[in-house]
Amino acid sequence: MKRSFSILPGFRLASGITLFYLSLLVLIPLCALVWKTTELSPGELFATLTNGRVLASFRVSILTALAAAFINLFLGFVIAWVLVRYPMPMKRLFDAVIDLPFALPTAVAGIVLAALYAPDGWIGSFFTELGIRIAYTPLGIVVALIFIGLPFVVRTVEPVLQDLDRQLEEAAQSLGATPWTIFRRVLFPPLIPALLTGFALAFARGLGEYGSVIFIAGNMPMVSEIVPLLIITKLEQYDYAGATAIGLMMLVVAFIMLLVINMLQAWTRKRTGKL
Amino acid sequence: MSLFRKPLLAFSASVLLAAAVAGPAQAEDVSLLNVSYDPTREFYQEYNKEFADWYKAKSGDSVTIEQSHGGAGKQARAVIDGLPADVVTLALAYDISAIGERTGKLPADWQTRLPNNSAPYSSTIVFLVRKGNPKDIQDWDDLVKPGVEVITPNPKTSGGARWNYLAAWSYVLKKELGDLSKLDNPEYADEVKAAEKKATEYVTKLYKNVPILDSGARGSTTTFVKRGLGDVLLAWENEALLAVNKLSKGEFDIVVPSISILAEPPVTVVNGNVENKGAAAVEAAEAYLEYLYSPVAQKLAAKHYYRPVFGHFANKEDLKRFPNVTRVTVQDVFGGWQNAQQTHFNDGGVFDAIYLPQ
Repeated sequence: MKRSFSILPGFRLASGITLFYLSLLVLIPLCALVWKTTELSPGELFATLTNGRVLASFRVSILTALAAAFINLFLGFVIAWVLVRYPMPMKRLFDAVIDLPFALPTAVAGIVLAALYAPDGWIGSFFTELGIRIAYTPLGIVVALIFIGLPFVVRTVEPVLQDLDRQLEEAAQSLGATPWTIFRRVLFPPLIPALLTGFALAFARGLGEYGSVIFIAGNMPMVSEIVPLLIITKLEQYDYAGATAIGLMMLVVAFIMLLVINMLQAWTRKRTGKL
Repeated sequence: MSLFRKPLLAFSASVLLAAAVAGPAQAEDVSLLNVSYDPTREFYQEYNKEFADWYKAKSGDSVTIEQSHGGAGKQARAVIDGLPADVVTLALAYDISAIGERTGKLPADWQTRLPNNSAPYSSTIVFLVRKGNPKDIQDWDDLVKPGVEVITPNPKTSGGARWNYLAAWSYVLKKELGDLSKLDNPEYADEVKAAEKKATEYVTKLYKNVPILDSGARGSTTTFVKRGLGDVLLAWENEALLAVNKLSKGEFDIVVPSISILAEPPVTVVNGNVENKGAAAVEAAEAYLEYLYSPVAQKLAAKHYYRPVFGHFANKEDLKRFPNVTRVTVQDVFGGWQNAQQTHFNDGGVFDAIYLPQ
């Protein structure tokens, strides 16, 4: 029996700390969630999860989070591109502004967005003339989630863009590639994993977001109720088991989606030949 | 945090020491936590000072009262989950009963421990409309007219919203039956059934006129007052008076419906928590709630737009702000909060059916 030799010391200590820390902060709370759900019989669990309002709220939550994550994917990429590649006045300031959605209490974001996008708000009144209502509809939820999720894409793509070797682009150019081909064949492939990570983070954040959405959604049953609101609704009736059941379902949905995104990521890494 | 804590501790210890030397031999330092709901903030701020002074003079003990405010349901859950409240002063008896049922920290008959169902002040539900009442809203029937937008929060998540809903329901029953005592009389069973059907139709129409269901009462007030949405806000009388007299003078009018509901926000001692702090704390907590019925506190309640139980203690000018309104009780119409919650607001109840696809 020979222990494999590692050049770095402290593996046991480090892994011990990792396990302990993860258990304390993530695994034990998740187990408690599962445990609480077992208070329901399988029939009750099924009834809770297939209730019309619950299903509708899952549809709203997943679709709005997906829509917002997609929009962030494109706009976040553009912003990261501009920040990295172009000289700009007050670039540092813009760079700092990107992180504000991380720091701002989400309720503040929700209230401000609702005020702006309400039918008589600065932006909302403009859209009202076009016949589009944003605040207090699912569109409002998407707006809030775009705001919340933006930094994720920018911050994951930015460092990768910075590390891209400019010489590759110059080489492609000297070999006669068009700008579009350079973008498609040289620039884009190494960015895919980072883009997917940013997308996954923005999506996951959007799925669980409560504070900002609640102020702008209008919260109409079957139309603009998000899953976290239904959890609060259950808690208001002291139905802890029902609330955890929905929470667990949400966890499963999020886990599956993140798993798919991770697999996509692994696949693109292999294809682009990067480890 | 700890940086601040230590000097503070040292300071309070020295104050304690000084107090122990100077004050009566057995004087104690008691601190109590009052867990309350949102709109009582200003009232209790003032009341706590009054009480501390009075209690110090009476017993020699110094009482410090900490306040916690938030949505009533959320506050009750916090106490259930371990927030060490010594007294609770919440919006609904239902929420306080839930604490008792789930923790055993207060007896089942807690509501009989103080006068008037343990509610030292009361309120009701009124309509707040825009200046001049452009949609001419006078009573509950006007709320279901086409084109009227009503702002009220979601009864599933807001205690205040439940009062609104129950007030609307009571109005229809009273209108259909004339006499609410028919509800308990089996002879009128058919008539009651017909009236309840009418009431269901009414609330269904009412909520079709609600464009936004905020999660709490403060959220709805913001939607109506700040966002400018809706024609009428269903609101606590104390919140409506605050909006009309303080927040935005001259922008809104209050309309008092022909019938509304008697909202009694009850108070009680959480025995299971306060008893751990010793006899002096129990005594102080009990005195704290009893003193709410004193002339000083009743006057304060009226000042902060709550209807005092003993009106004769309040200032005449303050009382003038409360218009006459017939107020029915949850007990009379619904047979208590437990029933109302079960029938109307729990999953699968009357409220849920409003939003089911037909």
